[in-house]
Amino acid sequence: MSAIPVDLRYTTSHEWVKDNGDGTVTVGITDHAQEALGDIVFVETPEVGTEVKAGQACAVIESVKTASDIYAPLSGEVLEANAALADTPEAINQGAYDAGWIFTLRLATPGSFAGLLDAAGYQAVVDAEA
Amino acid sequence: MGLRTPLFAEHERLSARIVPFGGWDMPLHYGSQLEEHHAVRRYAGVFDVSHMQPVDLSGPGARDFLRYLLANDVAKLKVPGKALYSCMLNDRGGVVDDLIVYYRRPDHYRLVVNAGTADKDLDWMRARAAGFNIAIDRRRDLAMIAIQGPQAAALTAPLLHADCRKAALALKPFFAVDGRWFVGRTGYTGEDGFEVILPAADAPGFWRALIAAGVQPCGLGARDTLRLEAGMNLYGQDMDEVVGPLEAGLGWTIAWEPDARPFVGRMALAAVRDALSHRAFVGLLLIGRGVLRGHQKVFVDGHEVGEITSGGFSPTLERSIAFARVARGIGADCTVDIRGKPVPARVVKTTFVRNGSALLDC
Repeated sequence: MSAIPVDLRYTTSHEWVKDNGDGTVTVGITDHAQEALGDIVFVETPEVGTEVKAGQACAVIESVKTASDIYAPLSGEVLEANAALADTPEAINQGAYDAGWIFTLRLATPGSFAGLLDAAGYQAVVDAEA
Repeated sequence: MGLRTPLFAEHERLSARIVPFGGWDMPLHYGSQLEEHHAVRRYAGVFDVSHMQPVDLSGPGARDFLRYLLANDVAKLKVPGKALYSCMLNDRGGVVDDLIVYYRRPDHYRLVVNAGTADKDLDWMRARAAGFNIAIDRRRDLAMIAIQGPQAAALTAPLLHADCRKAALALKPFFAVDGRWFVGRTGYTGEDGFEVILPAADAPGFWRALIAAGVQPCGLGARDTLRLEAGMNLYGQDMDEVVGPLEAGLGWTIAWEPDARPFVGRMALAAVRDALSHRAFVGLLLIGRGVLRGHQKVFVDGHEVGEITSGGFSPTLERSIAFARVARGIGADCTVDIRGKPVPARVVKTTFVRNGSALLDC
């Protein structure tokens, strides 16, 4: 059973989104997603300063099994990318919701966060896949 | 739901991630594919390979039949127990399947073919058996367990059926011993070890004893990265019914001598032998960041020179490696198109790791 923290929001494509309370969000992939991918061996993070649109592929995670696109959950500008993932991509396997964060966004529309799935909504997405 | 091996309940008990493979529900990993890979290189791992299909061939015509059926020549097998790797070709020189054939005793051979191709293989063999005076027996009653790694033989031997324990330890690579259990010193990882073919009812007990002895259960994921590092081809990826052995680095498995031996696909292969000499099957070591995958294109000076057939991350080298079909003589440097970006790679031999050691400087 994978963890789905209640204080985060989610996408149907298995990203989690944390509201930092200052018009920015932190983005990663869920515990369910890392488990499905298997051992992660390479992460291509988005370039800082890039403008991304909601639903746009902006990062890539390569596991021993496959390459998987990571989608921007909301529109905005990439503020920061997790540089530590270059040397320790396995941080996503070990802590998908903390050390395994992938990038932060300054939201184009600050209120847009509310439109994402809550934990119960994401749980339903996971259950539907099983 | 796919087919299940006699060890399926064991995989569930070990919380394996189960995936469909060649019509079977098989374990991909039991937690971490990387740990399983390292266990095989450093100590010992065990794989359920019961999805693979043993086929017993017997009768006075068995040897002649196999000499006609296979591109390698079973006439090389003079000592009982000796094994041979071969392609089984179609009339166009493509590969119906690749397999291992063991010489058990006069008039008796055992083949082990791939899971996803077994039905097709059996049809193929039966359609060509007329007039050879042989019996073809698909052994659905058997399970197959591979134990691989530097400590595999020592850890496995005490757990083998008593009638083959001593003989198994004395086996040279690519030999097998016959008994209630059939034990070959063969594998698909580049490490020492055994492949044990045994009655399905004996399999769970043997499997549990191996786990209790400290052998790491390993899934298909580790099996794939281990075989890639070891330079071993995978049917359906590196060669198939269209891409033949000459284009897949398997020229060494074709027994052209003696000239007088006709085998299925020989004429087609001979006709393209010269034409294919400008193609090479090589290894690639990724210098830049990323992971090589099948079907990515290979470039030299902006010109496309070939394509990756199998690629992935090498846990032993901590770099990405691949097999690729390229133009011969492209030199040592190339780039691979990874999602639209050219990433530098080096052309190397297809064997990257053998017996726990890297064979190239990274």
